Amino acid sequence: MDNDILRRRRRELITGVIVLAALAMLPLPIADVYTRNLLIITLLYAGLAQAWNILGGYCGQISLGHAIYFGVGCYVSTLLYVRLGIPVAFGLFAAGAVCGALALLVGWPCFRLSGHYYAVATVVVGEIGYLLFLNWDFVGAATGIYVPFKGESWLALQFRTQKLPYHYAMLAFVAATWIAAWVIEGSRWGFSWRAVRDDAVAARSLGVRVFASKMAAAAISGFFTGVGGALFAQYVGYIDPDSVLAGTFSILIALPAVLGGVGTLWGPLIGAVVLIPVSELSRSYLGGSGRGVDLMIYGGLIVLVALARPQGLVSLLGLRRRAHENAA
Amino acid sequence: MKTLLEVDNLRKSFGGVAANDGISFNVAEGEILGLIGPNGAGKTSLFNAISGEIPPDSGEVRLLGERVSGRGPALCAARGIARTFQVVRSFDSMTVLENVMVGAFARTARPRAAMQAAQETLEFCGLAARADRPAWSLSPPEKRRLEVARALATRPRLLLLDEMLTGLTPTEAQGGVQLVRDVQARGVTIIMVEHVMEVVLPLVSRAVVLNLGRVLTIGAPAEIVKNPEVIKAYLGDRYAAA
Ligand SMILES: Nc1ncnc2c1ncn2[C@@H]1O[C@H](COP(=O)(O)OP(=O)(O)OP(=O)(O)O)[C@@H](O)[C@H]1O
Ligand SMILES: [Mg+2]
Repeated sequence: MDNDILRRRRRELITGVIVLAALAMLPLPIADVYTRNLLIITLLYAGLAQAWNILGGYCGQISLGHAIYFGVGCYVSTLLYVRLGIPVAFGLFAAGAVCGALALLVGWPCFRLSGHYYAVATVVVGEIGYLLFLNWDFVGAATGIYVPFKGESWLALQFRTQKLPYHYAMLAFVAATWIAAWVIEGSRWGFSWRAVRDDAVAARSLGVRVFASKMAAAAISGFFTGVGGALFAQYVGYIDPDSVLAGTFSILIALPAVLGGVGTLWGPLIGAVVLIPVSELSRSYLGGSGRGVDLMIYGGLIVLVALARPQGLVSLLGLRRRAHENAA
Repeated sequence: MKTLLEVDNLRKSFGGVAANDGISFNVAEGEILGLIGPNGAGKTSLFNAISGEIPPDSGEVRLLGERVSGRGPALCAARGIARTFQVVRSFDSMTVLENVMVGAFARTARPRAAMQAAQETLEFCGLAARADRPAWSLSPPEKRRLEVARALATRPRLLLLDEMLTGLTPTEAQGGVQLVRDVQARGVTIIMVEHVMEVVLPLVSRAVVLNLGRVLTIGAPAEIVKNPEVIKAYLGDRYAAA
Protein backbone atom coordinates (compact mmCIF):
# COMPACT_ATOMS: atom_id res chain seq x y z
CA MET A 1 0.00 0.00 0.00
CA ASP A 2 1.18 3.44 -0.86
CA ASN A 3 0.37 6.65 0.87
CA ASP A 4 1.12 10.31 1.12
CA ILE A 5 4.15 10.14 3.34
CA LEU A 6 6.01 7.56 1.28
CA ARG A 7 5.11 9.23 -1.98
CA ARG A 8 6.24 12.62 -0.70
CA ARG A 9 9.52 11.21 0.55
CA ARG A 10 10.29 9.51 -2.71
CA ARG A 11 9.51 12.66 -4.64
CA GLU A 12 11.75 14.69 -2.34
CA LEU A 13 14.63 12.27 -2.77
CA ILE A 14 14.34 12.44 -6.56
CA THR A 15 14.19 16.22 -6.46
CA GLY A 16 17.20 16.21 -4.18
CA VAL A 17 19.28 14.15 -6.58
CA ILE A 18 18.29 16.39 -9.49
CA VAL A 19 19.11 19.58 -7.61
CA LEU A 20 22.47 18.25 -6.46
CA ALA A 21 23.29 17.17 -10.00
CA ALA A 22 22.37 20.61 -11.29
CA LEU A 23 24.55 22.23 -8.63
CA ALA A 24 27.41 20.01 -9.77
CA MET A 25 27.07 21.28 -13.36
CA LEU A 26 26.51 24.89 -12.41
CA PRO A 27 30.14 26.10 -12.15
CA LEU A 28 31.28 24.41 -15.37
CA PRO A 29 30.26 27.18 -17.77
CA ILE A 30 31.38 29.84 -15.30
CA ALA A 31 35.00 30.87 -15.65
CA ASP A 32 34.77 33.98 -13.54
CA VAL A 33 36.60 33.47 -10.23
CA TYR A 34 34.44 35.91 -8.34
CA THR A 35 31.23 34.06 -9.25
CA ARG A 36 32.78 30.68 -8.49
CA ASN A 37 33.79 31.96 -5.09
CA LEU A 38 30.26 33.19 -4.56
CA LEU A 39 28.90 29.74 -5.38
CA ILE A 40 31.30 28.10 -2.96
CA ILE A 41 30.36 30.42 -0.12
CA THR A 42 26.67 29.95 -0.90
CA LEU A 43 27.03 26.19 -0.76
CA LEU A 44 28.95 26.44 2.50
CA TYR A 45 26.15 28.41 4.10
CA ALA A 46 23.51 26.11 2.64
CA GLY A 47 25.22 23.20 4.40
CA LEU A 48 25.76 25.11 7.63
CA ALA A 49 22.15 26.28 7.65
CA GLN A 50 20.95 22.71 7.10
CA ALA A 51 23.15 21.61 10.01
CA TRP A 52 21.57 24.36 12.13
CA ASN A 53 18.13 23.35 10.85
CA ILE A 54 18.57 19.83 12.19
CA LEU A 55 18.57 21.23 15.72
CA GLY A 56 16.76 24.53 15.31
CA GLY A 57 14.21 23.49 12.69
CA TYR A 58 13.36 19.88 13.30
CA CYS A 59 13.88 19.85 17.04
CA GLY A 60 12.88 23.48 17.62
CA GLN A 61 15.93 24.37 19.73
CA ILE A 62 16.97 27.80 18.50
CA SER A 63 20.74 28.07 18.82
CA LEU A 64 22.34 31.47 18.42
CA GLY A 65 25.78 30.17 19.26
CA HIS A 66 26.58 27.89 16.36
CA ALA A 67 29.68 29.95 15.57
CA ILE A 68 31.38 27.99 18.32
CA TYR A 69 30.97 24.71 16.42
CA PHE A 70 31.95 26.35 13.17
CA GLY A 71 35.01 27.96 14.70
CA VAL A 72 36.12 24.96 16.71
CA GLY A 73 35.72 22.84 13.59
CA CYS A 74 38.06 25.25 11.78
CA TYR A 75 40.62 25.08 14.54
CA VAL A 76 40.54 21.31 15.08
CA SER A 77 41.17 20.37 11.46
CA THR A 78 43.65 23.20 10.92
CA LEU A 79 45.67 22.32 14.01
CA LEU A 80 45.69 18.65 13.02
CA TYR A 81 47.00 19.66 9.62
CA VAL A 82 49.53 22.23 10.78
CA ARG A 83 50.86 20.41 13.82
CA LEU A 84 50.47 16.75 12.85
CA GLY A 85 50.19 16.84 9.09
CA ILE A 86 46.81 15.13 9.09
CA PRO A 87 44.97 16.17 5.92
CA VAL A 88 41.51 17.68 6.09
CA ALA A 89 39.92 14.60 4.52
CA PHE A 90 40.48 12.94 7.90
CA GLY A 91 40.64 16.10 9.95
CA LEU A 92 37.08 17.01 9.09
CA PHE A 93 35.80 13.90 10.85
CA ALA A 94 37.83 14.82 13.91
CA ALA A 95 36.42 18.35 13.69
CA GLY A 96 32.89 16.94 13.44
CA ALA A 97 33.42 14.57 16.33
CA VAL A 98 34.87 17.26 18.60
CA CYS A 99 32.03 19.64 17.73
CA GLY A 100 29.38 16.94 18.22
CA ALA A 101 30.84 16.26 21.66
CA LEU A 102 31.02 19.97 22.35
CA ALA A 103 27.35 20.32 21.44
CA LEU A 104 26.54 17.62 23.99
CA LEU A 105 28.60 19.44 26.59
CA VAL A 106 26.76 22.69 25.86
CA GLY A 107 23.39 20.93 25.69
CA TRP A 108 23.78 19.21 29.03
CA PRO A 109 23.15 22.37 31.06
CA CYS A 110 21.43 24.48 28.39
CA PHE A 111 18.64 22.06 27.46
CA ARG A 112 17.43 22.30 31.02
CA LEU A 113 16.44 25.85 30.17
CA SER A 114 13.25 26.35 28.27
CA GLY A 115 12.36 28.38 25.22
CA HIS A 116 14.04 31.75 24.92
CA TYR A 117 16.40 31.05 27.79
CA TYR A 118 18.00 28.32 25.72
CA ALA A 119 18.62 30.75 22.86
CA VAL A 120 20.09 33.31 25.27
CA ALA A 121 22.36 30.70 26.84
CA THR A 122 23.73 29.72 23.43
CA VAL A 123 24.62 33.35 22.72
CA VAL A 124 26.63 33.40 25.93
CA VAL A 125 28.33 30.10 25.10
CA GLY A 126 29.27 31.45 21.67
CA GLU A 127 30.80 34.58 23.19
CA ILE A 128 32.75 32.53 25.74
CA GLY A 129 34.17 30.42 22.92
CA TYR A 130 35.24 33.53 21.03
CA LEU A 131 36.95 35.04 24.07
CA LEU A 132 38.71 31.78 24.96
CA PHE A 133 40.26 31.44 21.52
CA LEU A 134 41.11 35.13 21.41
CA ASN A 135 43.33 34.67 24.44
CA TRP A 136 44.63 31.15 23.88
CA ASP A 137 48.25 31.20 22.70
CA PHE A 138 48.35 27.53 21.71
CA VAL A 139 45.86 28.26 18.93
CA GLY A 140 47.49 31.50 17.89
CA ALA A 141 45.28 33.74 20.03
CA ALA A 142 44.25 36.90 18.19
CA THR A 143 46.88 36.35 15.50
CA GLY A 144 45.22 33.22 14.21
CA ILE A 145 46.76 30.42 12.14
CA TYR A 146 47.92 30.29 8.54
CA VAL A 147 47.30 27.02 6.75
CA PRO A 148 50.60 26.31 4.97
CA PHE A 149 50.37 25.32 1.34
CA LYS A 150 51.94 21.87 0.93
CA GLY A 151 51.23 21.23 -2.73
CA GLU A 152 48.04 20.51 -4.61
CA SER A 153 46.08 17.67 -3.04
CA TRP A 154 42.52 16.43 -2.80
CA LEU A 155 43.15 14.84 0.59
CA ALA A 156 44.30 18.12 2.06
CA LEU A 157 41.91 20.04 -0.17
CA GLN A 158 44.63 22.40 -1.33
CA PHE A 159 44.75 23.91 -4.78
CA ARG A 160 46.75 26.87 -5.92
CA THR A 161 44.32 28.54 -8.30
CA GLN A 162 41.53 26.11 -9.04
CA LYS A 163 38.15 26.80 -7.47
CA LEU A 164 36.30 23.79 -8.80
CA PRO A 165 37.58 21.28 -6.21
CA TYR A 166 36.29 23.50 -3.41
CA HIS A 167 32.96 23.73 -5.17
CA TYR A 168 32.69 19.95 -5.11
CA ALA A 169 33.87 19.71 -1.53
CA MET A 170 31.19 22.16 -0.44
CA LEU A 171 28.61 20.42 -2.61
CA ALA A 172 29.46 17.11 -0.92
CA PHE A 173 28.95 18.89 2.39
CA VAL A 174 25.54 20.17 1.26
CA ALA A 175 24.63 16.69 0.04
CA ALA A 176 25.67 15.09 3.33
CA THR A 177 23.62 17.51 5.42
CA TRP A 178 20.65 17.28 3.08
CA ILE A 179 20.66 13.48 3.11
CA ALA A 180 21.03 13.51 6.89
CA ALA A 181 17.95 15.72 7.13
CA TRP A 182 16.06 13.52 4.68
CA VAL A 183 16.89 10.37 6.63
CA ILE A 184 16.00 12.03 9.92
CA GLU A 185 12.64 13.20 8.57
CA GLY A 186 11.58 9.65 7.91
CA SER A 187 12.95 8.05 11.05
CA ARG A 188 11.72 7.65 14.60
CA TRP A 189 14.18 10.33 15.67
CA GLY A 190 12.73 12.83 13.25
CA PHE A 191 9.22 12.17 14.47
CA SER A 192 10.33 12.46 18.08
CA TRP A 193 12.15 15.73 17.44
CA ARG A 194 9.27 17.34 15.63
CA ALA A 195 6.96 16.19 18.41
CA VAL A 196 9.31 17.77 20.95
CA ARG A 197 9.28 21.00 18.97
CA ASP A 198 5.49 21.12 18.60
CA ASP A 199 4.55 20.07 22.12
CA ALA A 200 7.10 18.60 24.51
CA VAL A 201 4.51 17.62 27.14
CA ALA A 202 2.44 15.62 24.67
CA ALA A 203 5.62 14.13 23.21
CA ARG A 204 6.87 12.78 26.50
CA SER A 205 3.45 11.39 27.37
CA LEU A 206 3.92 9.20 24.29
CA GLY A 207 7.26 7.91 25.49
CA VAL A 208 9.51 10.40 23.70
CA ARG A 209 12.63 11.13 25.74
CA VAL A 210 12.70 14.88 25.35
CA PHE A 211 16.13 15.62 26.77
CA ALA A 212 17.78 12.77 24.87
CA SER A 213 16.09 13.94 21.66
CA LYS A 214 17.50 17.43 22.04
CA MET A 215 20.95 16.05 22.83
CA ALA A 216 20.94 13.80 19.76
CA ALA A 217 19.81 16.65 17.51
CA ALA A 218 22.47 18.94 18.97
CA ALA A 219 25.23 16.37 18.48
CA ILE A 220 24.36 15.81 14.82
CA SER A 221 23.95 19.53 14.23
CA GLY A 222 27.28 20.26 15.94
CA PHE A 223 29.00 17.51 13.97
CA PHE A 224 28.01 18.91 10.59
CA THR A 225 28.69 22.50 11.59
CA GLY A 226 32.21 21.46 12.61
CA VAL A 227 32.72 19.69 9.29
CA GLY A 228 31.67 22.87 7.50
CA GLY A 229 34.21 24.80 9.54
CA ALA A 230 36.97 22.37 8.58
CA LEU A 231 36.23 22.81 4.87
CA PHE A 232 36.00 26.58 5.19
CA ALA A 233 39.37 26.84 6.96
CA GLN A 234 41.04 24.88 4.19
CA TYR A 235 39.38 27.05 1.57
CA VAL A 236 40.36 30.41 2.96
CA GLY A 237 43.74 29.26 4.26
CA TYR A 238 43.74 31.51 7.29
CA ILE A 239 41.66 31.52 10.46
CA ASP A 240 41.48 33.75 13.49
CA PRO A 241 38.78 34.21 16.13
CA ASP A 242 37.29 37.23 14.37
CA SER A 243 36.88 35.46 11.05
CA VAL A 244 35.45 32.15 12.33
CA LEU A 245 34.17 32.56 15.90
CA ALA A 246 32.52 35.98 15.93
CA GLY A 247 28.92 36.16 17.03
CA THR A 248 27.78 37.33 13.60
CA PHE A 249 28.53 33.84 12.27
CA SER A 250 25.95 32.39 14.60
CA ILE A 251 23.40 34.67 13.00
CA LEU A 252 24.68 33.97 9.48
CA ILE A 253 24.39 30.22 10.02
CA ALA A 254 20.82 30.46 11.28
CA LEU A 255 19.50 33.09 8.87
CA PRO A 256 19.28 31.08 5.64
CA ALA A 257 17.24 28.42 7.42
CA VAL A 258 14.95 30.99 9.00
CA LEU A 259 14.56 32.82 5.73
CA GLY A 260 14.03 29.70 3.63
CA GLY A 261 11.81 27.92 6.11
CA VAL A 262 12.78 26.19 9.36
CA GLY A 263 12.17 22.49 9.73
CA THR A 264 11.99 21.92 5.99
CA LEU A 265 14.32 20.01 3.70
CA TRP A 266 14.73 22.83 1.20
CA GLY A 267 14.49 25.90 3.38
CA PRO A 268 18.20 26.19 4.23
CA LEU A 269 19.35 25.79 0.62
CA ILE A 270 16.78 28.23 -0.73
CA GLY A 271 17.54 30.69 2.02
CA ALA A 272 21.26 30.51 1.32
CA VAL A 273 20.76 30.93 -2.42
CA VAL A 274 18.80 34.14 -1.81
CA LEU A 275 20.69 35.54 1.14
CA ILE A 276 24.37 34.87 0.50
CA PRO A 277 24.64 36.40 -3.00
CA VAL A 278 22.67 39.42 -1.83
CA SER A 279 24.95 39.91 1.13
CA GLU A 280 28.16 39.34 -0.82
CA LEU A 281 27.07 41.67 -3.62
CA SER A 282 26.00 44.37 -1.23
CA ARG A 283 29.29 44.07 0.57
CA SER A 284 31.32 44.48 -2.59
CA TYR A 285 29.17 47.27 -4.04
CA LEU A 286 28.74 49.21 -0.86
CA GLY A 287 32.43 48.89 -0.26
CA GLY A 288 34.30 49.05 2.99
CA SER A 289 31.43 50.18 5.14
CA GLY A 290 31.71 46.64 6.47
CA ARG A 291 29.46 44.25 8.24
CA GLY A 292 26.84 46.71 9.27
CA VAL A 293 25.12 47.08 5.91
CA ASP A 294 24.77 43.41 5.08
CA LEU A 295 23.37 42.78 8.53
CA MET A 296 20.82 45.49 7.90
CA ILE A 297 19.90 43.83 4.64
CA TYR A 298 19.52 40.48 6.40
CA GLY A 299 17.37 42.11 9.00
CA GLY A 300 15.19 43.67 6.31
CA LEU A 301 14.83 40.38 4.44
CA ILE A 302 13.91 38.51 7.59
CA VAL A 303 11.30 41.06 8.54
CA LEU A 304 9.90 40.93 5.02
CA VAL A 305 9.65 37.15 5.04
CA ALA A 306 8.28 37.05 8.55
CA LEU A 307 5.51 39.41 7.55
CA ALA A 308 4.67 37.97 4.14
CA ARG A 309 5.59 34.30 4.51
CA PRO A 310 6.01 33.15 8.11
CA GLN A 311 6.70 29.60 6.89
CA GLY A 312 9.69 30.82 4.92
CA LEU A 313 10.45 31.13 1.23
CA VAL A 314 10.03 27.39 0.76
CA SER A 315 6.28 27.82 1.06
CA LEU A 316 6.33 29.89 -2.13
CA LEU A 317 7.35 26.85 -4.12
CA GLY A 318 4.22 24.93 -3.33
CA LEU A 319 6.33 22.11 -1.90
CA ARG A 320 3.78 21.97 0.87
CA ARG A 321 0.88 22.45 -1.48
CA ARG A 322 -0.84 19.27 -0.40
CA ALA A 323 -1.02 20.41 3.19
CA HIS A 324 -2.61 23.69 2.15
CA GLU A 325 -5.07 22.04 -0.17
CA ASN A 326 -6.18 19.75 2.59
CA ALA A 327 -6.48 22.61 4.98
CA ALA A 328 -8.88 24.39 2.71
CA MET B 1 -10.25 -9.46 39.27
CA LYS B 2 -6.59 -8.63 38.84
CA THR B 3 -5.43 -5.25 40.06
CA LEU B 4 -3.73 -3.18 37.37
CA LEU B 5 -3.05 0.09 39.11
CA GLU B 6 -2.56 1.00 42.75
CA VAL B 7 -2.57 4.59 43.90
CA ASP B 8 -1.15 4.63 47.38
CA ASN B 9 -1.48 7.63 49.68
CA LEU B 10 -0.48 10.08 46.98
CA ARG B 11 0.32 13.66 47.99
CA LYS B 12 1.20 16.68 45.92
CA SER B 13 1.09 20.36 46.85
CA PHE B 14 1.65 23.43 44.75
CA GLY B 15 2.75 26.24 47.03
CA GLY B 16 0.27 26.04 49.85
CA VAL B 17 -2.41 24.23 47.84
CA ALA B 18 -2.71 20.48 48.39
CA ALA B 19 -3.84 19.35 44.93
CA ASN B 20 -3.72 15.71 46.00
CA ASP B 21 -3.92 15.08 49.72
CA GLY B 22 -3.40 11.40 50.51
CA ILE B 23 -5.22 9.67 47.67
CA SER B 24 -5.54 5.88 47.56
CA PHE B 25 -7.54 3.57 45.32
CA ASN B 26 -7.05 0.57 43.03
CA VAL B 27 -8.06 0.00 39.43
CA ALA B 28 -8.93 -3.49 38.22
CA GLU B 29 -7.75 -4.74 34.87
CA GLY B 30 -10.33 -4.12 32.17
CA GLU B 31 -12.60 -1.75 34.06
CA ILE B 32 -13.64 1.79 33.29
CA LEU B 33 -13.17 3.87 36.38
CA GLY B 34 -14.77 7.30 36.61
CA LEU B 35 -12.92 10.10 38.30
CA ILE B 36 -15.22 12.97 39.15
CA GLY B 37 -15.20 16.03 41.31
CA PRO B 38 -15.73 19.78 41.15
CA ASN B 39 -13.21 22.25 39.66
CA GLY B 40 -9.86 22.16 41.37
CA ALA B 41 -10.59 18.84 43.07
CA GLY B 42 -7.23 17.48 41.90
CA LYS B 43 -8.27 15.22 39.02
CA THR B 44 -5.76 16.48 36.49
CA SER B 45 -3.04 16.57 39.15
CA LEU B 46 -3.73 12.90 39.82
CA PHE B 47 -3.40 12.13 36.10
CA ASN B 48 -0.11 14.02 36.06
CA ALA B 49 1.17 11.80 38.86
CA ILE B 50 -0.04 8.55 37.30
CA SER B 51 1.34 9.41 33.87
CA GLY B 52 4.68 10.46 35.33
CA GLU B 53 4.42 14.07 34.20
CA ILE B 54 4.77 15.49 37.72
CA PRO B 55 6.39 13.48 40.55
CA PRO B 56 4.33 13.27 43.74
CA ASP B 57 5.63 14.70 47.03
CA SER B 58 4.97 11.38 48.71
CA GLY B 59 3.07 8.16 48.20
CA GLU B 60 3.35 6.13 45.05
CA VAL B 61 1.64 4.75 41.98
CA ARG B 62 2.21 1.11 41.04
CA LEU B 63 1.37 -0.57 37.78
CA LEU B 64 1.18 -4.36 38.10
CA GLY B 65 3.09 -4.03 41.36
CA GLU B 66 5.93 -1.94 39.95
CA ARG B 67 6.39 1.63 41.14
CA VAL B 68 6.05 4.02 38.20
CA SER B 69 5.49 7.35 39.96
CA GLY B 70 8.41 9.76 40.00
CA ARG B 71 10.18 7.91 37.19
CA GLY B 72 9.15 10.18 34.36
CA PRO B 73 6.53 10.10 31.62
CA ALA B 74 8.68 8.16 29.14
CA LEU B 75 8.94 5.23 31.55
CA CYS B 76 5.23 5.34 32.29
CA ALA B 77 4.49 5.29 28.57
CA ALA B 78 6.83 2.36 28.08
CA ARG B 79 5.10 0.46 30.90
CA GLY B 80 1.74 1.03 29.25
CA ILE B 81 0.20 4.22 30.63
CA ALA B 82 -1.18 6.65 28.04
CA ARG B 83 -3.23 9.78 28.45
CA THR B 84 -5.12 12.57 26.78
CA PHE B 85 -5.08 16.17 27.94
CA GLN B 86 -7.82 18.37 29.29
CA VAL B 87 -6.62 21.17 27.04
CA VAL B 88 -6.02 19.44 23.72
CA ARG B 89 -2.42 19.10 22.64
CA SER B 90 -1.58 18.21 19.07
CA PHE B 91 1.56 18.34 16.96
CA ASP B 92 0.30 21.03 14.67
CA SER B 93 3.07 21.04 12.10
CA MET B 94 2.42 17.36 11.43
CA THR B 95 -0.36 15.51 9.70
CA VAL B 96 -2.92 13.46 11.61
CA LEU B 97 -1.19 10.26 10.58
CA GLU B 98 2.19 11.63 11.64
CA ASN B 99 0.77 12.61 15.02
CA VAL B 100 -0.35 9.06 15.62
CA MET B 101 2.95 7.69 14.31
CA VAL B 102 4.73 9.48 17.16
CA GLY B 103 2.70 7.30 19.48
CA ALA B 104 3.27 4.18 17.44
CA PHE B 105 7.03 4.73 17.56
CA ALA B 106 6.80 3.92 21.26
CA ARG B 107 6.54 0.26 20.25
CA THR B 108 8.62 0.04 17.10
CA ALA B 109 11.60 1.81 15.58
CA ARG B 110 10.59 0.87 12.03
CA PRO B 111 8.80 3.67 10.18
CA ARG B 112 6.72 1.33 8.05
CA ALA B 113 5.50 -0.62 11.05
CA ALA B 114 4.72 2.63 12.86
CA MET B 115 2.80 3.89 9.85
CA GLN B 116 0.78 0.73 9.59
CA ALA B 117 -0.02 0.74 13.29
CA ALA B 118 -1.00 4.40 13.06
CA GLN B 119 -3.27 3.78 10.08
CA GLU B 120 -5.01 0.94 11.90
CA THR B 121 -5.46 3.09 14.97
CA LEU B 122 -6.89 5.94 12.91
CA GLU B 123 -9.34 3.55 11.35
CA PHE B 124 -10.35 2.29 14.77
CA CYS B 125 -10.92 5.84 15.96
CA GLY B 126 -12.87 6.83 12.85
CA LEU B 127 -10.25 9.31 11.65
CA ALA B 128 -8.88 7.41 8.65
CA ALA B 129 -10.36 9.92 6.24
CA ARG B 130 -8.38 12.68 7.94
CA ALA B 131 -5.02 10.89 7.89
CA ASP B 132 -3.20 13.29 5.58
CA ARG B 133 -4.61 16.52 6.91
CA PRO B 134 -2.52 18.80 9.08
CA ALA B 135 -3.48 18.28 12.71
CA TRP B 136 -4.29 21.94 13.27
CA SER B 137 -7.08 21.80 10.71
CA LEU B 138 -9.20 19.31 12.66
CA SER B 139 -12.40 20.30 14.42
CA PRO B 140 -12.39 20.19 18.24
CA PRO B 141 -14.16 16.79 18.48
CA GLU B 142 -11.77 15.40 15.87
CA LYS B 143 -8.84 16.69 17.87
CA ARG B 144 -10.14 14.82 20.91
CA ARG B 145 -10.25 11.68 18.81
CA LEU B 146 -6.78 12.34 17.55
CA GLU B 147 -5.52 12.46 21.13
CA VAL B 148 -7.17 9.13 21.84
CA ALA B 149 -5.72 7.64 18.66
CA ARG B 150 -2.24 8.91 19.47
CA ALA B 151 -2.45 7.49 22.98
CA LEU B 152 -3.82 4.15 21.74
CA ALA B 153 -1.00 3.87 19.22
CA THR B 154 1.38 3.40 22.16
CA ARG B 155 -0.57 0.20 22.91
CA PRO B 156 -1.35 1.10 26.50
CA ARG B 157 -2.67 -1.11 29.27
CA LEU B 158 -4.16 1.90 30.96
CA LEU B 159 -5.65 4.94 29.25
CA LEU B 160 -6.29 8.18 31.15
CA LEU B 161 -8.95 10.37 29.55
CA ASP B 162 -9.10 13.92 30.89
CA GLU B 163 -12.48 15.44 30.05
CA MET B 164 -12.52 14.07 26.53
CA LEU B 165 -16.29 14.63 26.26
CA THR B 166 -16.34 18.15 27.66
CA GLY B 167 -17.47 20.81 25.24
CA LEU B 168 -18.92 18.37 22.73
CA THR B 169 -22.47 18.48 21.43
CA PRO B 170 -24.72 15.62 22.62
CA THR B 171 -24.28 13.79 19.29
CA GLU B 172 -20.50 14.19 19.36
CA ALA B 173 -20.43 13.10 22.99
CA GLN B 174 -22.43 10.01 22.05
CA GLY B 175 -19.75 9.18 19.50
CA GLY B 176 -17.11 9.70 22.17
CA VAL B 177 -18.90 7.37 24.55
CA GLN B 178 -18.99 4.70 21.86
CA LEU B 179 -15.27 5.15 21.26
CA VAL B 180 -14.58 4.65 24.97
CA ARG B 181 -16.58 1.42 24.93
CA ASP B 182 -14.70 0.22 21.85
CA VAL B 183 -11.39 0.96 23.52
CA GLN B 184 -12.44 -1.00 26.58
CA ALA B 185 -13.50 -3.89 24.35
CA ARG B 186 -9.90 -3.98 23.11
CA GLY B 187 -8.83 -4.85 26.63
CA VAL B 188 -7.60 -1.40 27.65
CA THR B 189 -8.32 -0.30 31.20
CA ILE B 190 -9.63 3.26 31.40
CA ILE B 191 -9.80 6.03 33.95
CA MET B 192 -11.94 8.88 32.75
CA VAL B 193 -12.29 12.30 34.25
CA GLU B 194 -15.58 13.98 33.52
CA HIS B 195 -17.44 16.84 35.12
CA VAL B 196 -20.90 15.83 34.09
CA MET B 197 -22.02 12.86 36.16
CA GLU B 198 -24.85 12.02 33.80
CA VAL B 199 -22.28 11.28 31.08
CA VAL B 200 -19.76 9.23 33.05
CA LEU B 201 -21.89 7.23 35.40
CA PRO B 202 -23.60 5.06 32.76
CA LEU B 203 -20.16 4.15 31.38
CA VAL B 204 -18.21 3.22 34.45
CA SER B 205 -18.18 0.24 36.79
CA ARG B 206 -17.03 2.40 39.69
CA ALA B 207 -16.30 6.04 40.29
CA VAL B 208 -13.87 7.86 42.56
CA VAL B 209 -15.17 11.19 43.77
CA LEU B 210 -12.50 13.77 44.62
CA ASN B 211 -13.07 16.97 46.50
CA LEU B 212 -10.42 19.44 47.62
CA GLY B 213 -7.66 16.94 46.94
CA ARG B 214 -9.16 14.08 48.92
CA VAL B 215 -11.21 11.02 48.07
CA LEU B 216 -14.78 11.75 49.09
CA THR B 217 -16.07 8.32 48.23
CA ILE B 218 -15.52 5.36 45.92
CA GLY B 219 -18.34 3.19 44.68
CA ALA B 220 -20.70 1.97 42.01
CA PRO B 221 -22.62 4.69 40.14
CA ALA B 222 -25.86 3.87 41.95
CA GLU B 223 -24.22 4.46 45.32
CA ILE B 224 -22.46 7.62 44.18
CA VAL B 225 -25.61 9.47 43.13
CA LYS B 226 -27.25 8.76 46.48
CA ASN B 227 -24.28 9.81 48.58
CA PRO B 228 -25.24 13.03 50.43
CA GLU B 229 -21.64 14.28 50.57
CA VAL B 230 -21.30 13.98 46.81
CA ILE B 231 -24.55 15.85 46.31
CA LYS B 232 -23.36 18.57 48.64
CA ALA B 233 -19.97 18.93 46.92
CA TYR B 234 -21.58 19.05 43.52
CA LEU B 235 -24.48 21.31 44.35
CA GLY B 236 -22.13 23.57 46.24
CA ASP B 237 -19.93 23.73 43.20
CA ARG B 238 -22.83 24.45 40.92
CA TYR B 239 -24.19 27.21 43.08
CA ALA B 240 -20.72 28.70 43.33
CA ALA B 241 -20.35 28.51 39.59
CA ALA B 242 -23.75 30.06 38.91
N1 LIG C 1 1.18 22.85 37.86
C1 LIG C 1 0.49 23.46 38.84
N2 LIG C 1 1.01 24.54 39.47
C2 LIG C 1 0.34 25.16 40.45
N3 LIG C 1 -0.85 24.77 40.90
C3 LIG C 1 -1.44 23.71 40.33
C4 LIG C 1 -0.79 23.01 39.25
N4 LIG C 1 -1.59 21.98 38.89
C5 LIG C 1 -2.68 22.07 39.67
N5 LIG C 1 -2.60 23.10 40.54
C6 LIG C 1 -3.59 23.44 41.55
O1 LIG C 1 -4.00 22.25 42.16
C7 LIG C 1 -5.41 22.24 42.35
C8 LIG C 1 -6.02 21.07 41.64
O2 LIG C 1 -5.94 21.29 40.25
P1 LIG C 1 -6.35 20.22 39.18
O3 LIG C 1 -6.03 20.80 37.86
O4 LIG C 1 -5.74 18.92 39.52
O5 LIG C 1 -7.91 20.15 39.40
P2 LIG C 1 -9.02 19.45 38.50
O6 LIG C 1 -9.78 18.56 39.40
O7 LIG C 1 -8.42 18.83 37.31
O8 LIG C 1 -9.90 20.70 38.10
P3 LIG C 1 -10.69 21.01 36.74
O9 LIG C 1 -11.99 20.28 36.83
O10 LIG C 1 -10.87 22.48 36.76
O11 LIG C 1 -9.84 20.53 35.62
C9 LIG C 1 -5.92 23.57 41.83
O12 LIG C 1 -6.04 24.44 42.95
C10 LIG C 1 -4.82 24.05 40.92
O13 LIG C 1 -4.75 25.45 40.91
MG1 LIG D 1 -8.57 19.09 35.31
